[in-house]
Amino acid sequence: MSVKQISIFIENKKGSLSEVTKFIAESKINLLALSIADTQDFGILRIITEDADKARDILRDAGYTAVATSVLAAALDDTPGSMANILEILTNADINVEYTYAFMSHIKDKAYMIFRVDNNDKATKALIDANISVIDQKDIFGK
Amino acid sequence: MANYYQKELETMPLEKIKELQSERLVKQVKNVYENVKYYRDLMDKKGITPDDIKSVDDLHKLPFLTKADLREAYPYGLMARPLSDCVRIQSTSGTTGKRVVAFYTQNDIDIWEDCCARAIMAVGGTKDDVCQVCYGYGLFTGGPGLNGGSHKVGCLTLPMSSGNTERQIQFMVDLQSTIICCTPSYAAYIGETLKEMGYTKDDISLKAGIFGAEAWTEEMRRDIENTLGIKAYDIYGLTELAGPGVSFECEEQTGMHINEDHYIAEIIDPDTGEVLPEGSKGELVLTSVDKEAFPLLRYRTRDICILTRKKCSCGRTFVKMTKPMGRSDDMLIIRGVNVFPSQIETVLLEQGYSPNYRIEVDRENNTDTLDVYVEISSDQFSDTVKEIAEKEKQLASAVKTMLGINPKMHLVPPKSITRSEGKAVRVVDKRKLYK
Repeated sequence: MSVKQISIFIENKKGSLSEVTKFIAESKINLLALSIADTQDFGILRIITEDADKARDILRDAGYTAVATSVLAAALDDTPGSMANILEILTNADINVEYTYAFMSHIKDKAYMIFRVDNNDKATKALIDANISVIDQKDIFGK
Repeated sequence: MANYYQKELETMPLEKIKELQSERLVKQVKNVYENVKYYRDLMDKKGITPDDIKSVDDLHKLPFLTKADLREAYPYGLMARPLSDCVRIQSTSGTTGKRVVAFYTQNDIDIWEDCCARAIMAVGGTKDDVCQVCYGYGLFTGGPGLNGGSHKVGCLTLPMSSGNTERQIQFMVDLQSTIICCTPSYAAYIGETLKEMGYTKDDISLKAGIFGAEAWTEEMRRDIENTLGIKAYDIYGLTELAGPGVSFECEEQTGMHINEDHYIAEIIDPDTGEVLPEGSKGELVLTSVDKEAFPLLRYRTRDICILTRKKCSCGRTFVKMTKPMGRSDDMLIIRGVNVFPSQIETVLLEQGYSPNYRIEVDRENNTDTLDVYVEISSDQFSDTVKEIAEKEKQLASAVKTMLGINPKMHLVPPKSITRSEGKAVRVVDKRKLYK
């Protein structure tokens, strides 16, 4: 149970985000979720899209530095405390969260969260054991 | 009032200089031809025998020697004396490839220290001075050279080495040092620390500084002179030719007198190798006429400068060279360390990175900074900042092992390094040390 995320290495300078998103648009890649990590020198643009492998290949062919990573996705109740609850479960299971971000879900009263953890299988099990709904690529795209 | 260490030599008339140089050169050429296979092969290849060298005017007939020759002959191939006659080794920094290792007999050390003593006396040094040497000691020639010169003059010598700046200043205040020897950037740093510690130039007794091992500007000279309340003098040298003291500034502060009884200086066109007339700007070529262990003939320094033989008010007759005005190769001097971009490139390739990189050198708070930008491929990329930072750290450590100085590494996306006319700009030196 995991979701494929594409990360793209970009320069931390004016226009570079615009340039890559424009390329993504021209390549007819539909962005479902997006997050950016930034440092003084560079940024890492992380995207969730339907056909991740295809998106990665298109980006690489165009000269971008891009990698695919399996990340965990969970559907949370859209209520206060859901996020804290999940992080507590992961912490108790000795899982290290590298980063996390949220995006809109097409299901009412649910929020989707992406978690990049150091052990996907262990984290998935911990969440399922705690009755958290862990989802995969199909679920996200509602197909 | 001019102050000399060896007045007779330092003020001898030009014809005497030429005579002495000729006599020593003829002897030296014979010596290397007989005792150093590497030189003999070079000369044979050029069709030259020792008989062709009758005076200093024949110097141009000899082949050049370059850093590449030093590398090829490493470590013993250019030695003219057995190791048992040698008493010292000094070396440049760098762990592979471009390191220079020089050997000295006791006589070589004596001459080297004499040259440094001349430099100290030229700035007014006497046996009543307290000379604080804050060049690095060890394999680096700065500390040992000036230390030896200071002893010869009879100064009370403080062998401080570099670093631990607050302690340097405490000694300066408590022991009333009058002469300081270090790199110009370290002198500027000492000036700043002095202020930070709540002292002014009135709390110290320095009168003169001898600064070398890196390029510096007239503006830096004025700044250092004002902050420390001293006269700041330049000194020049290369490990290959002993170390500091090949040339030194006198009270006129208008260029450095080359110790012509030990070194013959020429200026050449770096592209054609043709010897240029006095007053021309070109590459400095030096010949050590009385070195015993490690004699270098027509060694290309790669430093660009001008030689002039105008009468100097200090009375010295030795030819003067300007401050180096640039390099005829791509060597950088960063924090006193000789750095070739190719050394950094070697590390990048060894570590599996691309040869697309840019080196940026700058100076912040009087300390040189070295930033290296390297493009990475998808295989080396990771989705977390932590892993990229970890890679940068590993790479910095590998570069540090190679150069001896800490760089800041920046991994960047492909194509982000500026290319001009299709070719990457490898080195950007923002310090503007050369005019």
